Amino acid sequence: MDDRRGDDRQPLLEAKGVSKYFGAVTALRDVDLSLWPGEVLGVVGDNGAGKSTLMKVLSGLHPPSEGKLYFDGQPVQFSSPRDARDLGIEMVYQDLALAGNMNIAENIYLGREPTRKMLGGLISLFDHRSGLRLAKDHLNNLKIHVKSVEQKVEELSGGQRQAVAIARSIAFQARVVIMDEPTAALAIKEVGKVLDLITGLKDRGISVVIISHRMDDIFYVCDRVMALYHGSNFAASDLADTTRGEVIGWIMGTRENTKTLAHDRVN
Amino acid sequence: MTVSTDQNDSALPGSADTDTFRVKIIPFLDRYGILVVIVLMCAVLWALQPDVFLTWRNITNVFKQTAANGMLSIGMFLVILTAGIDLSVGSVLALGMMTLAVSNAAGVPWPIVLVLSPLMGLTAGFVNGVGITKLRMPHPFIMTLGMLFMARGLANLISGGVPYSGLPDPVRFLGAARIYLGEIDGTRLNLPVVFLFTVGVYFIFWIVLEHTVFGRRVYAIGGNPEAARVSGINVDRTLIVVYSICGLMAGVAGLIMAGRTNSGFPNAGTGMELEAIAAVIIGGASFFGGRGQVLGIFGGVLIMGLIRNGLNLNDVSTFWQQILIGMIIVLAVFIDVLRRDLGTRH
Repeated sequence: MDDRRGDDRQPLLEAKGVSKYFGAVTALRDVDLSLWPGEVLGVVGDNGAGKSTLMKVLSGLHPPSEGKLYFDGQPVQFSSPRDARDLGIEMVYQDLALAGNMNIAENIYLGREPTRKMLGGLISLFDHRSGLRLAKDHLNNLKIHVKSVEQKVEELSGGQRQAVAIARSIAFQARVVIMDEPTAALAIKEVGKVLDLITGLKDRGISVVIISHRMDDIFYVCDRVMALYHGSNFAASDLADTTRGEVIGWIMGTRENTKTLAHDRVN
Repeated sequence: MTVSTDQNDSALPGSADTDTFRVKIIPFLDRYGILVVIVLMCAVLWALQPDVFLTWRNITNVFKQTAANGMLSIGMFLVILTAGIDLSVGSVLALGMMTLAVSNAAGVPWPIVLVLSPLMGLTAGFVNGVGITKLRMPHPFIMTLGMLFMARGLANLISGGVPYSGLPDPVRFLGAARIYLGEIDGTRLNLPVVFLFTVGVYFIFWIVLEHTVFGRRVYAIGGNPEAARVSGINVDRTLIVVYSICGLMAGVAGLIMAGRTNSGFPNAGTGMELEAIAAVIIGGASFFGGRGQVLGIFGGVLIMGLIRNGLNLNDVSTFWQQILIGMIIVLAVFIDVLRRDLGTRH
C-alpha cells in the first residue's frame, strides 16, 4: 500500500473549535471541520459566512485565534503557508496567484524551482530544461492540454489558468487541495473541464475542499457538503442525503427542506 | 489605440497569418527591435558626420561616457523588474565618489579607497531595501526619494561641498585605463578597460536573471508579488537584495566616474537617476515590472549614449538635447505600447 495515504478511520485534516477574530470582528466562532482521505468536501455559505477565512486558517495563511488543527490525527500549528505545504496541504487561490509574465512551466515550479549544480556545486543554476520536461509530463498526466508549456500564463484563457493553478497545487506530493471558488471566473464551457479535473484529483486519492456558490459544482464533484452561517457551523450532510433546496436553505440560515424557498424569499 | 487595431487588421487578413505574425514577428521585434533602432541611428549619424562618427576614437568615447550610466541602468533595471523604482542612484553615486575622494585626501591607502565607493553604494541600497520592506513604505518612490536627499546631503557634508581632485592610478584604473591593441593606418587603437568591464557586468546580470533561481524570482515578483508570496518566496528578502545590488552598481558608477575625471565632486550624478530610468524604459522594461531583458537594457544605454554623442557632434545645444531626449523617451514607450497591443490576443 501507498504509505502516503492516511488511515481511513480518522480524518486526514481536522479543525476543532476554531475561532478567528480580526480586531472586534468575529470571522469564525467555534467551527469544526473534518476532511476524510480521498473525499471532496464542499463548503457553502453566504458572503461573509467565514468560508474563505476558514480556508485560510487551514492553509496556514491565518493562525486560528482559538481552537486546534489536526493532520493525520496529530495536532499541528502553521506559522505560514509553507508549513502547511510541507505537510502536503495546498491552496488554489481565487485570484489564481500566477505570474502572468512567466511561462506555464515556471509558474508550476515557482518557489520550488529545479536546479542543477555547476562547477562542482559552487553555482546552482535554474534548470530550464528539466523544468520544461517535468511540467509537460505533469500536465499530460492530468490530461491538461496546452499549446506549449513555454506559453506565458497571461496568454491563457481563464479555464486554462485555473487548470495550471490546480496542476501547480498538486505538483509536489499534495494530500489536501483547498480551492476557493474554482469556477467563479470561468466561461461556462470551461467549468466542466475544471470540475472533471477536480474529480481526477479525487481518483488519485487527494482530498479536496471546495468553496463554491454554484450548486451545480457542489452536486457534481462533492461527496459531502457543510454549511457555515455567520461564522459558525450550521449544517453538514453526505451529498446523497440532501437536496439542492436544502443546501440553499442552509446558506440562507434555514433548516426546513423546501425546494421553492429561494424563490419565495426573492418574491 | 485605433491605430494599432487598424494595422493589425490590414496587415493580417487571415487567421493563419495572424498566428505567424504573433508567434514569429512580434517576439522577433520584442527581442531584436532595439538592435534595428541602434543600427539605424548609427547609419544616420554616420551619414551626418562621415569623418568623425565611425572613428575608433569617437566610438570608444561613447562607451567611456556611457559606462557610468550603464552601471546605474543595469541596477535600475533589476529594481524596475520588481515594479519598483530607485530615485537615489544619482546621489548615491556622488556619495560613493566623495567618500572615495575625501578618504584618499585623508591618506587612506588605495586598496581601501578602491572599495569604498561600491561599499558605500551597497550600504545605501541596503538601507533603501530595508526601508521599503520593513518600514512598509507605501511605495519605493518614497524611500528612495528620501535617500536621494540624504545621500546628496551626506556627499556635501563629508566634502564641505567642494570638489577634490587627484587620485592614485590604481583607483583610476577602472574609469580611465586603456589597453593598447595595436595600430591601423597610424591610429593607435586603445580599448577602454571600462568597456570590457561593462560587457562583463552585463553578462553576469544576464546569467543571474535568466539562469538562477534568484533571477527568475525577481521576474516572478514583478509579475505578481502575491503569487510569489504564496509560493513561499521570501519577497522582502529578495527586494532587499535587489535594492542592495542597485546601490552597489551606483557605487561602482561612482568609482568609474571618479577614475575618468580624476576627481570627486559633490554634485556629480545630479539627474542621472532619470537618465538611467530612461535607458531602462527605452530598453524595453515596463514600469509594471516583470518585463525586459539584459540585452535590451544594454541597447537602451547605447541609444542614450548615441543620442548625446550625435547631438554633440552636430553641435546641437544642450537645451535642445534635453528636449529631444524627453521626446525620445515618450516615443520609445509609445512604440512599446503599440508592440504589446499587437502582441495581445483580441
